[in-house]
Amino acid sequence: MLKFDFEVNRGEFALAAKLQLPNQGVTALFGRSGSGKTTLLRCIAGLEKVPKGYLEFNGEVWQNTNTFLAVHQRPLGYVFQEASLFPHLKVAANLLYGFKRLSKEQKKLQPDEVINLLGIEALLQHYPDELSGGQRQRVAIGRALLTSPKLLLMDEPMASLDATSKAEILPFLEKLRDQLRIPIIYVSHAIEEVTRLADHLVLLDAGKVVAEGEIQNILTDPNLPFIQTETASTVLKAKVKQPLTSDGLTELTLGQQPMFISQAGLEQGQETRVRVMASDVVLALTPPQDTSLLNCLTAWVLDIQPDPNPSQALVRLEVGNQRLLARISKRSLEKLALEERQLIYALIKGVALN
Amino acid sequence: MGISEADLIALWTTLKLAVVSTLALLVLCTPLAWWLARTRSPYKVVVEALVALPLVLPPTVMGFYLLVLLGPQGAVGRFFETLGLGHLAFTFSGLVIGSMLFSLPFVVQPLQNAFSIAGGRLLEVAATLRASPFDRFVSLVLPLAQRGFLTASVLSFAHTLGEFGMILMIGGNIPGRTQVASIAIYNHVEAMDYSAAHGLSLILVASSFVLLMLVFTLNRRFKVVNLA
Repeated sequence: MLKFDFEVNRGEFALAAKLQLPNQGVTALFGRSGSGKTTLLRCIAGLEKVPKGYLEFNGEVWQNTNTFLAVHQRPLGYVFQEASLFPHLKVAANLLYGFKRLSKEQKKLQPDEVINLLGIEALLQHYPDELSGGQRQRVAIGRALLTSPKLLLMDEPMASLDATSKAEILPFLEKLRDQLRIPIIYVSHAIEEVTRLADHLVLLDAGKVVAEGEIQNILTDPNLPFIQTETASTVLKAKVKQPLTSDGLTELTLGQQPMFISQAGLEQGQETRVRVMASDVVLALTPPQDTSLLNCLTAWVLDIQPDPNPSQALVRLEVGNQRLLARISKRSLEKLALEERQLIYALIKGVALN
Repeated sequence: MGISEADLIALWTTLKLAVVSTLALLVLCTPLAWWLARTRSPYKVVVEALVALPLVLPPTVMGFYLLVLLGPQGAVGRFFETLGLGHLAFTFSGLVIGSMLFSLPFVVQPLQNAFSIAGGRLLEVAATLRASPFDRFVSLVLPLAQRGFLTASVLSFAHTLGEFGMILMIGGNIPGRTQVASIAIYNHVEAMDYSAAHGLSLILVASSFVLLMLVFTLNRRFKVVNLA
């Protein structure tokens, strides 16, 4: 458990954040630039020394009125927006910089594991200026991981990368999330990254915590801005039931209901996440028999919310104990005479695997 | 064109002066340059201006003040006399102090530059990788600032070789003790002994040239990181 209370006041910029964050999974600090998310992350790392701040990690006090644990004494890893590799050291020496400074008992992650995980074997003998942006960032992530951190802080690690490099890094970040059992705090202003990576979300605006909670609840909260955007979507948790059906699909289960996706490479029993856009969900009163759509979930109507587009409405649905959004026209809403707590069939046009 | 024994001694004194004052400056200016590169103190500009003063003051002015300060009547000179060490005017130690002051900006400025580039983000990264402040300085700042150290050493060394006015003022003309090459040349010219002046001058030109060549070769051969 990470518990903190910071107040920064620097004339034009003010930050006030008092939170308790879970000790597992990815917590996204999300907000516009200038909302204070990087400052908050730097406060957690101790790179920013806020007078009268409070920070406690797993029962250990890192900062209070009398204590301030120096950055290099905190068991954390930090990935900066720019890779910031040491230019005079080869990749191998960069990776080992923090590792060498650990005591034997602290060395939980070994270089080979991390090098494999990030696919950087071929880069070890190169200098940083010979690498691409994406490669550099992978090395920077590896360097942070090799301090076997108990808490990993990432400050928009993909913000300075082009689309190709981003596509190269994201799968590694997902691997980190799934394979390392450490909490990650991830700063971002890109909702696609957040929906792919985060389990928990803290929404910051103008230095204040506007909302905080489980990603699905935040994304579907009628009082928050996410639901009001073109890209309104939700993230569903599912389990892999059958990695490869006879016709090449992957079968997932969502609660008790089956769901099929075309992605391969998953393992039996693996927990996974699928992102469903509100505009990709079609509602029907009876289970349709003759359509090409594969996925039809039984759902309950939770409520009906207005949409920014006056001809549309957003229907919030409950599937098991999870939430789904459907954007339908008001005309259809009237035609179907939808009401709260009504049983309905949600047909899903597109499912993106997270 | 001949080199007398006195000339050789003057060359040796010059070399010794350049080496000693450069080494002393590197040791003393490293913390000063580090402070200047990192501080946000309002006094930074005052210190920067003081450090740059030798660039604009005529060497005779600085030499004059030093003579007054280091001589038997000066505060520093008297202090040394009470210690039983004797005052510093007309001594080799006096020359070292003088040339250190004279070359101060040539050492501080390249170091300060190098430190301000080598610091910042990379130091924060190193802190998150468990490096203590001293560890960060040794493992990052020193190697990243090596070009700055090289520049500072060469400038200070070469600048001391060419020093004249200040040394003359604080007594660098005692043959065999404080006489340096540049002043020996001046004496030869005054005595119309052009041949001896040629000899010494040529040696200074050649040694300075070789020194600079050496530096540029080293700089090229080894991977000296360019952070700019």
